[in-house]
Amino acid sequence: MKLETSITMQQKKKKLSDPVKAAIFLVPSWLLLLIFFIGPMVLTLFFSFTNLALTGVEASQLRFIGFENFTRMFQDPEFRTSVWNTIIFVFFSAVLGQCFFGFLIAFLMKEKNKTFRRIVGLIIIAAWVTPEVVVSFCWVAFLGDSGTANWLLGIFDIKPIAWLFTFPMTSVVIANMWRGTAFSMMVFQAALDDIPKDIEEAAIIDGASRWQVIRHITVPMVKGTIATNMMLVTLQTLGVFTLIYAMTGGGPGVSTATLPLFMYKQAFVSYQLGYGTAISFVLLLLGAIASLIYMKTLRVKV
Amino acid sequence: MLIQKGYKIEKMIHYMILTILAILFLLPLLWMLFASIDTGAIQALKMPEKLTLDNFKAILTDQTILRSFFIGIGISGSQAILVVLTCILAAYPLSRYSLKYKNSFMMTVLFMTSLPMTAVIVPVFQLFLYLKFQDSLIAMTLFLTASSLPYGIWMMKNFMDSVPLDLEESAWVDGASIWQGIKKIVAPLMLPGIFTVAIFTFTGSWGNYFVPYILIQTPEKMPASVTIFQFFGNFGMVNYGKLAAFSVIYTLPVVVLYTISQNFMSKGFSLGGATKG
Repeated sequence: MKLETSITMQQKKKKLSDPVKAAIFLVPSWLLLLIFFIGPMVLTLFFSFTNLALTGVEASQLRFIGFENFTRMFQDPEFRTSVWNTIIFVFFSAVLGQCFFGFLIAFLMKEKNKTFRRIVGLIIIAAWVTPEVVVSFCWVAFLGDSGTANWLLGIFDIKPIAWLFTFPMTSVVIANMWRGTAFSMMVFQAALDDIPKDIEEAAIIDGASRWQVIRHITVPMVKGTIATNMMLVTLQTLGVFTLIYAMTGGGPGVSTATLPLFMYKQAFVSYQLGYGTAISFVLLLLGAIASLIYMKTLRVKV
Repeated sequence: MLIQKGYKIEKMIHYMILTILAILFLLPLLWMLFASIDTGAIQALKMPEKLTLDNFKAILTDQTILRSFFIGIGISGSQAILVVLTCILAAYPLSRYSLKYKNSFMMTVLFMTSLPMTAVIVPVFQLFLYLKFQDSLIAMTLFLTASSLPYGIWMMKNFMDSVPLDLEESAWVDGASIWQGIKKIVAPLMLPGIFTVAIFTFTGSWGNYFVPYILIQTPEKMPASVTIFQFFGNFGMVNYGKLAAFSVIYTLPVVVLYTISQNFMSKGFSLGGATKG
């Protein structure tokens, strides 16, 4: 009897002050998020309408310039190039490359020798675990004038290629694909493991070809995962800076300058912080849109 | 019989494709491993002529590099601890109480998880200038902590959901406070989750070059991620052996932590619990 009342009392006490207690628990995280995350995002919106600069006459007087940064941006051919580069980089390295190879490897690994699966998986994941800077070094060396890629071409009697100068975008796309495939592979492995084995087997017994099974059974069954994974890798690739910066520095010229590199150049090399924030605003907006689509596809799955 | 034969050939093709892909994935990494123990390392992959540990010795006796390693461990370590502590606090009411705004809160957190962090660095830099925070390792660690909170809260809440409430309730009956309940019951039971969040945070921070490069100016305060980049710019094109050794040492903590985390994540990988809503 006494025990019961004490429980109900406890529960009552807890229920009464729940929101207050919750607020106390949430203070540290909200404080940090407000100062260092949400605050800067609001600042992005604010600064992108100012002439904020680190040097020159503009540095001393901050003033509102309306949409000047944005009109300047849309007239800037370099901006258009960087948007185009971002689309190419994200599409080929993430949406197409990582998703395709991730799915291919996960699919082929099904029902294979356990040790073999383990070794292959380990190699792919090793590329993913390696820090971005080290990935860049490995690829700069691999694609160098006397690097492994050209040595391999030499076996087939093909003249060495200056990869990072002749095919800069292809080079960074391959490097990012190499680095990110493991993520998609793991996502697809989990999804493919969830497909009941008998469905595919039944189709094969009914005379369906391997290709038909993939097209009409396997892919439709992991469709939700494919969509979610595509959004996730897009979001991860949108902000890639270090890999490209270390490999090509955005060059030669502006041929591999994606939005983050363009933003960096305007804000920290030319010290045009206002213009730089306008570019980050575009980047944030793209991320926000992709994030909302991602959450929508996710809700469909839930 | 015929089907079986076709199946066997198909399986062999699968093995072949996988083997080729694995080799292609391995080649760039293999170069790093071989070059690091080779006296005459070159740009291309080759078997080491003479094995040596000189490259490693040179890196590990360099005071600047060693210091940057300790700074890196300090930043990433304190960031991981801070993220774990704040996320446990934030996850507790989200997991235990029925709050009116819980759903929208979790959705906001999920939304923030996906935003490109690269994009906020310019206003953060401006904020640091304004608050006189530039060049402060503590302020930078706090910023990094904040940037890891969205996924940290999300993961921690999902881990905490799996700890049954009954155990805690019986502790309350015995007179334990909420804090004691968290410390003595919830936290020990979700230790794997705590380690996963900590390792995830540490690994991401250890490899982060961009943030310290922008927010820190003094060379003596740079963590390993920046010194290795500078080393590459200054000597990388000349001394491949040393660069490879530096890379191996720099990659090692991440590999070790990843291996440890695998033991916790026995259930495998299903979109980081994001599908659980």
